[in-house]
Amino acid sequence: MSPRLKSYWVGAAAVVALGILAVATVRNEYFFFASYIVLQFVVLATAWNILGGYAGYVNFGTGAFFGAGVYTAVVLINLFGAPLLVQILAAAAVSGTLGFATGMLTLRLRGIFYSIATVAVAIIIETLIVNWRYVGGSTGIQILRPPVMPPFESYTKMLFLAMVLLAVAATAIARFIETSWIGRGLRAIRDSEIAAEGCGVPTLKLKLFACTVSGALMGAAGAPLAMYQSFIEPVSAFSLNYSVSALAMPMIGGTSHWIGPVIGAILLGSIQQIVMVTISNEINVLVVGVLLVLFVVGAPSGIVGLARALMRKRVGRKAA
Amino acid sequence: MTAWQLRIAGVSKSFGGFKALSGIDVEIAPGERVGLIGPNGSGKTTLMSCIAGSLRINGGSIAFEGKEISGLPAYQRTRLGIARTYQLPQPFRSMTVLENLIVPLEYVAHRGSLHTTDTRAEAMQILERIGLTDKAGTVSTHLTQIDLRKLELARAMAARPRMLIADEAMAGLSSVEVEDVLGILWKLNESGITVVMIEHIMKAVMRFSQRVLCLDAGKLICAGTPEAVVADPDVQRAYLGA
Amino acid sequence: MFAWELLAEAVLFGLLVGCFYAAVSVGLSISLGLLDVPQVAHPAFLVVGSYGTYLLGRHGWDPLLAGIALAPVFFVVGILVYRFYYETFEKRGEDTGVRGLAFFFGIAFIVEVLLILAFGVDQRSVDAPYIGASVALGDVRIPIRLLVAFGTALLLTGGLALYLAKTFTGRAIKAVAQDGVALRLMGANPVRIKQWAFGIATGVTAIAGAMLIVVGPVDPNLDRVYIGRTFCVVVLAGLGSMGGTLVAGLVLGVTESIVLTMFGASWAPAVAFGLLLLMLGVRPQGLFGR
Repeated sequence: MSPRLKSYWVGAAAVVALGILAVATVRNEYFFFASYIVLQFVVLATAWNILGGYAGYVNFGTGAFFGAGVYTAVVLINLFGAPLLVQILAAAAVSGTLGFATGMLTLRLRGIFYSIATVAVAIIIETLIVNWRYVGGSTGIQILRPPVMPPFESYTKMLFLAMVLLAVAATAIARFIETSWIGRGLRAIRDSEIAAEGCGVPTLKLKLFACTVSGALMGAAGAPLAMYQSFIEPVSAFSLNYSVSALAMPMIGGTSHWIGPVIGAILLGSIQQIVMVTISNEINVLVVGVLLVLFVVGAPSGIVGLARALMRKRVGRKAA
Repeated sequence: MTAWQLRIAGVSKSFGGFKALSGIDVEIAPGERVGLIGPNGSGKTTLMSCIAGSLRINGGSIAFEGKEISGLPAYQRTRLGIARTYQLPQPFRSMTVLENLIVPLEYVAHRGSLHTTDTRAEAMQILERIGLTDKAGTVSTHLTQIDLRKLELARAMAARPRMLIADEAMAGLSSVEVEDVLGILWKLNESGITVVMIEHIMKAVMRFSQRVLCLDAGKLICAGTPEAVVADPDVQRAYLGA
Repeated sequence: MFAWELLAEAVLFGLLVGCFYAAVSVGLSISLGLLDVPQVAHPAFLVVGSYGTYLLGRHGWDPLLAGIALAPVFFVVGILVYRFYYETFEKRGEDTGVRGLAFFFGIAFIVEVLLILAFGVDQRSVDAPYIGASVALGDVRIPIRLLVAFGTALLLTGGLALYLAKTFTGRAIKAVAQDGVALRLMGANPVRIKQWAFGIATGVTAIAGAMLIVVGPVDPNLDRVYIGRTFCVVVLAGLGSMGGTLVAGLVLGVTESIVLTMFGASWAPAVAFGLLLLMLGVRPQGLFGR
């Protein structure tokens, strides 16, 4: 195992250990609530970046893939009382298929058509759910949760830890894609699709792969929400904030490295929590929008890019 | 076993109402050096794109080493042995020169097994043959024109082609640079690679080609030795006007 | 017996509304279809036009006149936006696709939120002598405001199509869409032409926005509905086809109207997007695309 890979897994293990420690010692419920949301965004931002940052296809409809995962979990709980792991896997399968289908339809065309198609998918899925009585339609549905399993005292803590594991899994997958031949192929596609084909890269297959993995992770991120909130309705499940944030966080954090979306999610997620609590929801969206535009225009490589530039300057000064 | 490596039969290509190629019939032998000339807009690049797979033909057939390829996506044709450089170089902008070569090495030459260490060494070897070793770590956007052209060729070489299509690889270069590129193409041909060269630089075409094809308005109007083609009245009419 | 009258009425309304959809989309036809700018903020600008008309309406302005008055302002804004987009993204060339899209996406959101902060989420509407009244055509009552929108839309789309086909600048705009290099060799500056074209596309959207609030009340979330409709029309028409925009608008209008009549309002938002996806799957170059 290469030293870099080792240090990644050491870091991941540390994060999981911290999570377990938190569950055992922290009493403040709000801590778990806020952390859950931030971790959820880590998964969503990482998932978005697999297609957006590595392959260059911009998903405007993350909310749809996320919401589809939520409602898959809802259906499974109501039908079978399925355990969390099954919900997550099923949600990943559903949203992964959705990602694949969207890709099949549009990846042969220019990038903007993929993006508009994701908006279309978002609206259509939401319209379908709103008209589907079984999951409560527009009024929403109550989830009957089985009593929480020991050793967990509350759903908040159990799902918090589940989200920690999901976040680690998402970043592991992203890191693998990024550093492997798959990632190099995706980068080639992003830089020049024609030249990539000329170098033997199966562009359509790789793009579809990225689409599917990205969608699957977004769905997986949504599944735990069903048991977390116990009342699910379409407006919040398909909230536009997911779509905007999943796009803004990687663009602000940096799209070229898997740590970028993580940085963006933690930073922007925390800012969002603060703004929503102290000011208002609308100002929150405004802040996200303004930060997005500022970074896209002024710091296109995101925080990761700024950090790299800083390190280059330091090395330059040392060498001088 | 047939004598040809590439056979183009009755190929036609239209863009909407515009007929870019009509009824092209050509056979290219393995290891041949072919020059493709013709006035601007005659369809040279279109024909090459149809062979390489970035365009689909509307009629006719293209067969490479006995296999019909006109239905295959471009990347599969590369894997079968057809490489192509572009008029306007298309480097992978976010990657260094070395990384540019690793892509075709991983996706064509070493498709079965993927070991990064091997590919780096092999990439350096290719850079040595082409004269770009000192630029290995340079990001491809910082290269000069001649180095970009060489990178295009190096990338094509990394794909271990049996046929190389060089689309105006020497356009806009100084005579010294033209000699440089011509030398690279000669060496590639000596190692057994068929080279099809689209060029406007007549001296290069005459010296390099065993056979010259001339296109005009989407039709093949002449084929033969360089001297014969250049002396052909139809060819002269195409270039100079009636 | 099948309700032919109901269907005929649906088709009639569909045609009226469809022409309006065409006018609302023609700005996008230019910016995306001819200039290749990923203008996903187009519906947001449209709604701003509506709110501008609303503000002027509060001071007694007739909505159409307000739209015409706002057009030059939007024209200038369009030029500035294009200039900024060109300098920041197109010129530099790297990674433009993602960043350009993200940029306009961000702009659309900022605009929407600013509208919510300024006007709240409630619906706003305007008053005019032709709003509220309707005229009878046989058994059917047609609201006059729809006729006004239809007429204005027809003039707008027709005028723009003529401009692009007959005037020197108009043809230069179509030329720059096809081959900027050749245009430069002819002595024209492609950037200035694109700038001008983007300005026109934005200016036209002001008038379309005025019509939007004539046709019905507006709220800040309306841009989400219209992103579907405008992109549907542009994709249906085929990028770069002006005449096709009108036909595509009519197709969308009629389809929506029929679905509304047969299945009810809760399915209406999905029609534009459904049609869009269908087109992308079956014939991505659109009905008249190049």
